[in-house]
Amino acid sequence: MISDLFSVTVLVGILASGIRLATPYLYAAIGETFAQKSGVLNLGVEGQMLLGSFAAFYVALNTGNLWLGVLTAMLVGALMGLAMAYVTVNLHAQQGISGIGFYLFGLGMSDLLFQKLMGTVETVKGFPKIYFPVLSDIPGIGEIFFNHNILVYGAYLLVPIAWFVLNKTTLGLKIRSVGENPDAADSLGVNVARIRYFTIILGGTLSGIAGASLSIALLNVFQQNMTSGQGFIAVALVYFGAWRPVGVLGGALLFSLINSLQLWVQVLNIPIPSEIAVMMPYVLTILVLVATVSRVRAPAALTKPFEREN
Amino acid sequence: MKKFAWLLTFVVALSLVLSACGAGATPTVAPVEKFRVAVVMPSAINDLAFSQSMYDALIRVQTDMGGPDKFEIVYSENMFVVDDAAAAIRDYATKGYNLVIAHGSQYGSSLQEIAPDFLQTSFAWGTTVDTFGQPNIFAYEAASQEGGYVNGVLAATLSTSKVIGVVGPIETGDAKLYIDGFKAGVLATSPDVQVNVNYIGSFSDVALASEAATTHISAGADVLTGTAQMVVGAIGKAEEANALWFGTQSNQSSLAPKIVVASQVYHWEVMLKEMIGLIQSGTLGGQSFAANLANGGEVIEFNTGYALPADAKALADATVRGITDGSIKITLP
Repeated sequence: MISDLFSVTVLVGILASGIRLATPYLYAAIGETFAQKSGVLNLGVEGQMLLGSFAAFYVALNTGNLWLGVLTAMLVGALMGLAMAYVTVNLHAQQGISGIGFYLFGLGMSDLLFQKLMGTVETVKGFPKIYFPVLSDIPGIGEIFFNHNILVYGAYLLVPIAWFVLNKTTLGLKIRSVGENPDAADSLGVNVARIRYFTIILGGTLSGIAGASLSIALLNVFQQNMTSGQGFIAVALVYFGAWRPVGVLGGALLFSLINSLQLWVQVLNIPIPSEIAVMMPYVLTILVLVATVSRVRAPAALTKPFEREN
Repeated sequence: MKKFAWLLTFVVALSLVLSACGAGATPTVAPVEKFRVAVVMPSAINDLAFSQSMYDALIRVQTDMGGPDKFEIVYSENMFVVDDAAAAIRDYATKGYNLVIAHGSQYGSSLQEIAPDFLQTSFAWGTTVDTFGQPNIFAYEAASQEGGYVNGVLAATLSTSKVIGVVGPIETGDAKLYIDGFKAGVLATSPDVQVNVNYIGSFSDVALASEAATTHISAGADVLTGTAQMVVGAIGKAEEANALWFGTQSNQSSLAPKIVVASQVYHWEVMLKEMIGLIQSGTLGGQSFAANLANGGEVIEFNTGYALPADAKALADATVRGITDGSIKITLP
């Protein structure tokens, strides 16, 4: 019944689940925020996540070293970012289409490697939940905030760091100016190509960690196509968050909390058809997007290749 | 514009390479006496679920029929795009395979269109009972409610918290049959046990399926089950919480050897062999088959790593016998 939703167990469950579910979205969407702030739309996030996810899992499975797994995922993501940067910055490719190309590459390649190197679904012992003395034992609060693995905390830590870099550093100023007016930035001596290379590679690296957070921290398995569209949701969250890290955080949490709410709605046998329940996060996110986003403007040079005029 | 054209070429080339990677094997010219089977599947042959159940069955048929020289298997996996699957089905039919299997109910309408063009080729599709009245289409399905019922009886017996959680993909087809059968089994054993069902709306979202399992555990469940390939993460969550797990479609014991009690496993080879016999004697379709506990198309496989109490095992065996001889009737909603 509906009133069951307001018990402590359920509220704690919803909040704790929401915080966990938001983790991969945060890594991927913050990375994408950097890319888009500099004027590059990277639709290949999903592919970078999938390859990162597999790389982390495979390395962790074979070496037992989880951090080496994360590092490999970062490297794989960075390499895909590098390729994406070359295609968009040097070759001036249409970004939407090349991004989909990289998505398909990641999807196919992660599956191929999974088939050839592993052959079947296996499990790995992932990052353990961190125990905070006293804090983890507080009823409710402990379960919600102090009962997660290190990669979950890393995702939330990334939000203020990204905010600081984008808004309070020279690098952030350069990124924003390249995304708003690359010609002006160029005339003032900012190397547009170098900045975009940096943000796309950073985005790829963070997408790699997003994948690793699934395969060796939250789920501890790899299954083909297991990101299941999360990379595309992450891109949408950047628009949702109006290209601000805090906005992205809000969007990721809203989407994840509603998702965990709908899980509970079904578990508590509240008579709503499951099809309607699983639609809830998407419908509500779109409604909030419609209500808020019309006030914000995208980076002016988003998706526009930069060519220096002679 | 030139760059754009270059890029488009690149993307097209890439997808060609990828689709080439996707196909499992390339057909070779075969001597006449060899029986040749092609199968198109929605997920991977090692998904520990629906597609693997068919692939494993084909391999068992191959072994029984004398190896790759007598029985050739080719497959296209990950055919989640129905249009691509249709192209693959037509392609295999053109290449003269004796039997082309479309392993997924979503391929039905494509098959209905393709089969009349290849009257010398036999087609099979599942899970369904509908042959479209076509003389060269076999239909097959699994009575997955039967294994679901047995799992449910055992789950109700082993649950001490009296709460059981179920993680499903989409409320339809094989998944719904299994889950409804499971619920019926629980209800018949102890009506006071609460079964909470969660359909997550996806066959691939491992993260959401895992979180659904965590939600069940928070709601007090100490026994879980689930169906389709995205449950692999959910099994891990059950293991972390020391809850028990019941599998279906393939034997899932390897994922959590301590907590998987039993899995309903499909042995499609039973009906595949019947089909092959019919094809060899000239009947290319028009019949439908059901894999169930009675004909051995479904088997309850117990995990040897889990110490199942003897009386519970006896109850499970008695339930299987009851369903087989008809003394237990499963009523579905």
